[in-house]
Amino acid sequence: MDLMMHLPVLIVVVPLLAGALIVLLNHRKGAWLITLLTSIFLVYASVQLIQMVGQVDVISYTLGGWKAPLGIELRIDALSALMVLILAASALLVSIYALKSVEKEIPEQNHVLFYTALLLVIAGLIGISITADAFNIFVFLEISSLSTYALISMGRDRRALHASYHYLIMGTIGATFILIGIGFMYVMTGTLNIEDLAQRLPAVADTNAIRAAFAFITIGVGIKAAMMPLHQWLPNAYAYSPSVVSTFLAATATKVAVYVLIRFVLSLYGIEFSLVQMPFDNLLMILGTIGILGGSVYAIYQSNVKRMLAYSSVAQIGYILLAIGLASQPGFTAALLHMFNHALIKGTLFMALGLVFFRFASTELSVMSGMGKTMPLTMAAFTIGGLSLIGVPGTAGFVSKWYLVIALLDASLWPLALLVLVASILTLIYIGRVIEVAYFRPVPEGRTRQKVPLTMMVALWIFALSNIYFGLDTEISQGMASLAVNQLIGVTP
Amino acid sequence: MHELLEHYNYWIVVILMMMGLYIVIASSNLVKKLIGLSVFQVSVFILYITFGKVTEGSPPIITDNTDVYSNPLPHVLILTAIVVGVATTSVGLALIVRIQEAYGSIDEDEIHDMDDKDDFHIEKQV
Repeated sequence: MDLMMHLPVLIVVVPLLAGALIVLLNHRKGAWLITLLTSIFLVYASVQLIQMVGQVDVISYTLGGWKAPLGIELRIDALSALMVLILAASALLVSIYALKSVEKEIPEQNHVLFYTALLLVIAGLIGISITADAFNIFVFLEISSLSTYALISMGRDRRALHASYHYLIMGTIGATFILIGIGFMYVMTGTLNIEDLAQRLPAVADTNAIRAAFAFITIGVGIKAAMMPLHQWLPNAYAYSPSVVSTFLAATATKVAVYVLIRFVLSLYGIEFSLVQMPFDNLLMILGTIGILGGSVYAIYQSNVKRMLAYSSVAQIGYILLAIGLASQPGFTAALLHMFNHALIKGTLFMALGLVFFRFASTELSVMSGMGKTMPLTMAAFTIGGLSLIGVPGTAGFVSKWYLVIALLDASLWPLALLVLVASILTLIYIGRVIEVAYFRPVPEGRTRQKVPLTMMVALWIFALSNIYFGLDTEISQGMASLAVNQLIGVTP
Repeated sequence: MHELLEHYNYWIVVILMMMGLYIVIASSNLVKKLIGLSVFQVSVFILYITFGKVTEGSPPIITDNTDVYSNPLPHVLILTAIVVGVATTSVGLALIVRIQEAYGSIDEDEIHDMDDKDDFHIEKQV
């Protein structure tokens, strides 16, 4: 199969070209259909790639036949394959959901451009996940970021514009910091290929240039990942963007940034440099802890449920960073598992809110009064997502928190393990507020049961049920995560 | 002193970078912020271009006269980054135009006040 050989590059090229094609065709329904077909292809490709990775460990694809390190290489290991799977699956569900949601929320003349930007974001994020070239990461990062700014600004609230502008400034500073870091590394080693860099760095590791590069890159990626003190762009960007955009971003964008962090810290610099020579593990644990507590407490005080979930995302990134900071095999496994599970959780919650917005054009807490009766299916899905976020046994969220607590106890950090449990109670408080309003407050006068489009409901419930599925059957997610960790830290199972 | 002058390119980079970041942080006018951002990005472009120069190196065009060439790769990389910078600036300016239409102002402090009012308005409705 000739085409199968080119699958690694096709998963970037197809959405990129599809985006251009949509603009040329300039047909509203056609744009949606092409987006849907593209994401079906991506899911198919990601499943194929995962099977291939299972057989050959690492897929290496040389662009134009120029061998690395001179040429540019795409490199798919288990971690990349996991990221592509998360991205492709979210893209598919979001595009099913988008049909009606976009019709409702976006002015008609912008539909085609909306889908173009969405496809460009997908292409950019997948590109980041599979490239083996440090400079390419920057380029793909900017492709996805620029389209993200455009997507966020399409929200109906005028605050979406301000949020988008704020994100543009912060995001560009972050990306430029990454660029500076890559430049320093290139000067010291003369290469941009990640494998090659990893081999040449130890010889020059004890220089200020490399330490500065490390600092620049981690701060840049930290902005993109919404690491707690650098998170200010996120809440408003998520709260005021169209439902489709906030769902897709919440499920994928910050996770890809964390992926970049893992890639740089583990594959490129190596554990020896980043977690032993530099005190990066302690820093990550401190920032992660601040993120967990700060994000959760802020979330409790929000009156807009969408913004509440955005702060909760900051807290969840805190969990992932804390797990990476442990610098142990169980820690990394917990981090990757939580990346996967958090995508499911936030996908469910934001999609449910999208349906609320679809009917009432608002996601304020007060509008959800009695919604357990007027929109029972939507609120049931929201509840499943909420339970998963809290970490109730039987849901995906429980699995990753379980692994995290085990990893913390392994490192005999029981105060932090306790803190994870306290944070779960904080999560219970803010999710509980929504549930209380939806199920125990009276239905407003004259409001009857609301109908919602079938396509949106189907996408929502696939997300919601996957929370339960991956909560009960951890073989796939846990298997992928531990395979990825073994490859990253060079342990043969 | 001699040492300092030898690296004057890098000093210019540092000064431009700090100026750019300062404008981004200190200015409340959205257009000025964007100008600061561009200055900041340009400083990084100059940094890369400086990296490419090899001492005694000639331009990277094959001739018989020399064996030492400057490195062309950073220049090529920075061409890409310049394109990205132009795209960022244009997206930013487009956003500012729409902010001006929606808020009637491009002053960050005023926009913040209006945002707060929007929040308050919604809370009062509740």
